[in-house]
Amino acid sequence: MANTAEKHHDPLFRIVKRDDMPQWKAWIIRGITILVGFLLVGILSMLITEKSLLESYEVMFTGVFGRLLEGKTTMLWKYLQEIAILLALALALTPAFKMKFWNCGAEGQALMGGLASIYCMINFGERLSTPALFAIIIVTSIVAGAIWGLIPAVFKALFNTNETLFTLMMNYIATQIIAYYVYIEGGGSNVINPVSYGNFPSVGGNDYFVNIVTVAAITVIMFIYLKYSKQGYEISVVGESQNTARYVGINVKKVIIRTMAISGALCGVTGMLLVAGKDHSINTNLVGGQGFTAILMSWLGQFNPFIMVIMTAIVIFLKIGVSKVADASHLNSSFSEIIVGIVILMLVGCEFFIHYSIKFRHSKKEVKA
Amino acid sequence: MTKQPAIELKNITKTFGKVVANKNVNLTAYRGEILSILGENGSGKTTLMNMISGIYFPDEGQIYIDEKEASITSPKDAFKYKIGMIHQHFKLVDVFTAAENIILGIEDGKYNLKASTEEIKKISNQYGFDLNPEKKIYTMSVSEKQTVEIIKVLYRGADILILDEPTAVLTPQETEKLFSILRRMRDDGKCIIIITHKLHEVLSLSDRVAVLRKGEYVGTVNTAETNESQLTEMMVGEKVDLNIKRNDPKNTTDRLVVNSITCVDRMGTTVLDNVSFTAKSGEILGIAGIAGSGQRELLESIAGLQRLEYGDIFYFDPKTGKKESLRDKTPVQIRHMGVRLSFVPEDRLGMGLVGNMDIVDNMMLRSYTKGNIFLKRKQPKDLALKIIKDLEVVTPSASTPVRRLSGGNVQKVLVGREIAASPTVLMVAYPVRGLDINSSYMIYNLLNQQKEQGVAIIFVGEDLDVLLELCDKIMVIGSGRITGIVDARTATKDEIGLLMTKAKEDGKENNNG
Amino acid sequence: MIIQFICRAILLGVPLLYGSTGEIITEKSGHLNLGIPGIMYVGAISGVVGSFLYENACGNDINNMNAFLAVIIPLVCSIAGSVIMGLIYSFLTVSLHANQNVTGLALTTLGIGLGNFLGASLINITKSELPSIALTKTSSFFLTKLPFADNLGWFGELFLSHDFLTYLSIVIAIVVSIVLKRSRVGLNLRSVGENPATADAAGINVTRYRYVATCIGSAIAGLGGLQYVMAYANGVWSNNAFGDRGWMAIALVIFALWNPSFAIIGSFLFGALCNANNYIQGLGTETQELFKMLPYVVTIVVLIITSMRKKREHQPPGSLGINYFREER
Repeated sequence: MANTAEKHHDPLFRIVKRDDMPQWKAWIIRGITILVGFLLVGILSMLITEKSLLESYEVMFTGVFGRLLEGKTTMLWKYLQEIAILLALALALTPAFKMKFWNCGAEGQALMGGLASIYCMINFGERLSTPALFAIIIVTSIVAGAIWGLIPAVFKALFNTNETLFTLMMNYIATQIIAYYVYIEGGGSNVINPVSYGNFPSVGGNDYFVNIVTVAAITVIMFIYLKYSKQGYEISVVGESQNTARYVGINVKKVIIRTMAISGALCGVTGMLLVAGKDHSINTNLVGGQGFTAILMSWLGQFNPFIMVIMTAIVIFLKIGVSKVADASHLNSSFSEIIVGIVILMLVGCEFFIHYSIKFRHSKKEVKA
Repeated sequence: MTKQPAIELKNITKTFGKVVANKNVNLTAYRGEILSILGENGSGKTTLMNMISGIYFPDEGQIYIDEKEASITSPKDAFKYKIGMIHQHFKLVDVFTAAENIILGIEDGKYNLKASTEEIKKISNQYGFDLNPEKKIYTMSVSEKQTVEIIKVLYRGADILILDEPTAVLTPQETEKLFSILRRMRDDGKCIIIITHKLHEVLSLSDRVAVLRKGEYVGTVNTAETNESQLTEMMVGEKVDLNIKRNDPKNTTDRLVVNSITCVDRMGTTVLDNVSFTAKSGEILGIAGIAGSGQRELLESIAGLQRLEYGDIFYFDPKTGKKESLRDKTPVQIRHMGVRLSFVPEDRLGMGLVGNMDIVDNMMLRSYTKGNIFLKRKQPKDLALKIIKDLEVVTPSASTPVRRLSGGNVQKVLVGREIAASPTVLMVAYPVRGLDINSSYMIYNLLNQQKEQGVAIIFVGEDLDVLLELCDKIMVIGSGRITGIVDARTATKDEIGLLMTKAKEDGKENNNG
Repeated sequence: MIIQFICRAILLGVPLLYGSTGEIITEKSGHLNLGIPGIMYVGAISGVVGSFLYENACGNDINNMNAFLAVIIPLVCSIAGSVIMGLIYSFLTVSLHANQNVTGLALTTLGIGLGNFLGASLINITKSELPSIALTKTSSFFLTKLPFADNLGWFGELFLSHDFLTYLSIVIAIVVSIVLKRSRVGLNLRSVGENPATADAAGINVTRYRYVATCIGSAIAGLGGLQYVMAYANGVWSNNAFGDRGWMAIALVIFALWNPSFAIIGSFLFGALCNANNYIQGLGTETQELFKMLPYVVTIVVLIITSMRKKREHQPPGSLGINYFREER
């Protein structure tokens, strides 16, 4: 037999699955992606706003952190507060996602929590002592959020009803309830004036201290709950394989319902933080679409609360920073939504390089006779 | 008569990550012959054939069709060279009809289901198949599905047919029918390649045998000039004693009595119909039957995972001798009753284990409920290390996700965990599926050890030869009904084969009447 | 009154019909595209930008505008915009195997951001007092009625008075139904969504089918956004006005059991529900707010009812939401 190897079309490269990449390497890839994202943000801002690259970054940094060097921390606290809210929502969603329950209803669950808070503040504010008022605010907002999470969960457990769309629709129902309430309470003016009762106290002159500390505590507790508690373990088993869960005697329905109650309750708490700790009022835009961003945060955080802290910090930085750049150039602040969308898509895409590798075909060996 | 080579492989190499699936394989198959590719599970038979049918592309080496070099980069290319593969796991769309599946992916000519149906009927008649082209796949039996697969490749005019473990799911009688069809195709001048690990099939069907071992090509022999022990030696690389030692059962007492149970699935079909039997301690009860005849439901109803419509299941406690009903109990309740029931399900990574969790966390599946609200990982970790050591599990560490282990090692982890619970009843479903010979024998030995210790073992198997050699009694199940219980020491394969299809014929009569 | 109500319902239902027809095609290939709401925004704003540029090029004088160009420019822009979004989605999920839900949601964020940013920028350019941009001239071309529509009384109003995008949506839905059911391409596409490994082994290019299905689906969905601006809103774009119609379109897919013909009826029904609050006598503003819940509540009821049905043919495509990787071991 002679060397009959002819040229013909072989696949140029092929994709191979890998699951042996060490964590540090994976994080380098994600880090590079984030850096590239930042660079892209700067370049885009430069092109659109006709500022230089450095100027754009400067606007971003001062926009987010304020004049820190001059000892002014107001902006920083505001930044931390925004992180806290997005993080709280992401944390709330995480147990559900770990169970592979796509809770897209953080928005609605938080709105219901917020509604409970404002209702208590308005109706019981004058009558109850401050501690009692706080107690009732906390309890009702947890219950309200939990109920809003439980409704889709029960149907998921009983009939396997598609939870993605169910929870989404629950958002809009919540929005309409808020619209109704605001109309009634605001006397047809579509505005509820800030309520002075049941506001979280400012600590050290800082209004957002309570919110930030609460979320920090939730972060740690959630980490422990998921990793070291039995319920956390059950959630992972149900998420990985419902069959295995049934096989070892886990009551899958119970876990779904319990986990969504927790998820909804934490969303409710976030709604409370927004109402009692920040706005002291309510409108349909209370959560401002952060329920969706939180889904992405939870996923990018790989179910790890501490990674979520980093992810939310980056996204909020972009959100505030880029909208400051847009403002400075009289552009619409939706510009920041675009940027956040692009950076998240890049992060989603970069996972490919962590889980797969591309192999180019070896140079062909000749067949010897 | 000179033989005409249909397909030749030269120095084929294929790797997956770090795993070498095929290394420098050379092979020739001729027209008008049946060639067996023999090898243990994991020896790279299927990977090799997937490269011929365009699913994978070789890293190195060439394929020649009709003595011309061929580049098969996709299944479409394979059709072009008239190569057709019948996969072990059928590649059929469940919600489509047979005809829709058969014409799927064909691009030439007008889209005309009616004309295609006629063509399918013609092919069926030519080779003696029995198939209704308008039947939906999900309503079909396994052998019907296989028929669809075979007609699919014939419809495309394939004259090189590759069949991957085609008899794994068939009764002895169905196997014989398939073989006669394959012989007819051979006499038609087609080249038939059949992948198998069953020696007696190789000997009764093929003209030549090519043997693979750990991805490497060992050699080809003429079937007429070889025997079982030579083939085994080629396959395993050393002399292996293929006999399973079987001791007589000692001190048997009733352990589990299943009393006329009936189960209905979600769609309302009866999956278990008035099933009764007794499992005794110190005895291995084999369950034979065509895949999907109710074996899974039977084991799951004992484990508390299926709701019983009628009937009852009784457990006799070996210590107290008390008789307890397991009806309407959840797995947790059964465990709390002190019933030490271990269960190795068919779907290892989808039911017995969690693929993405490491070995330690998988050990915890059975024991995590103990203690306070927090998990304790110390004991599971010790158990994991012990199993890795005792059962020679090949793994980088105890914190490796089980998904990354090979099939045999996954099974060792699962069986190890279930046996560690020192069960009184042990149920295993297809425990050696996909395992190489050495791992299979390790599992058989473990089962025999448990039997010695007085455990009642229920063994669901597919290889009748193994069932006949390992078990004490064999119960045959067909369409959810028990069609017979025989003594494994005296029964024959044909006898069991007939029992396997008996329910089917009964069913037909019922439908007609 | 009833005729008017029905016509209004149809007008409201058409964007949903486009959205769900597009999503059905994508889902039939096995990909759950939650980016549809964003894609519909992009489809709308691309058309708006196109017609804005054309109107400006004509000096804002309707007499200078060519009817054909006035329609075709927004149409092509809209399709181009949505196809680019579809390409991003397919590249990430098909080629890079990214999680479909996450990619879709991120795409929706991006799409809505793009819509609002470009919309606001255009408003900025026109220095308009109102937070909206009016393209009434282009819209008038889109709203051209069929002849005789005005002469045939209720019949004319009910069947002939609609804009051409409404008729197009019905035609597309019917054509897609037929293609899915009765053609080779449809059979292949369905097999790709049901069992990609089988389709692959049968020689069907799974990657190509998924890319093409996603992009065509996106293009169709994007037209829904365009119809909303040009026909429903008479050419007036204001930020966030399109609202949550994209999500309802996705819910409609389940309601329609993955059959675009059923989606026609479903979308008009949804349209009627969205509109019911305006036609019920004597509702106060606050009760109207509650009535606006109706479509969502009905969607949920539909979701529950469909989930209780167990028939095999009524289930979602077998591998919906799962990426295909041939060498998965």
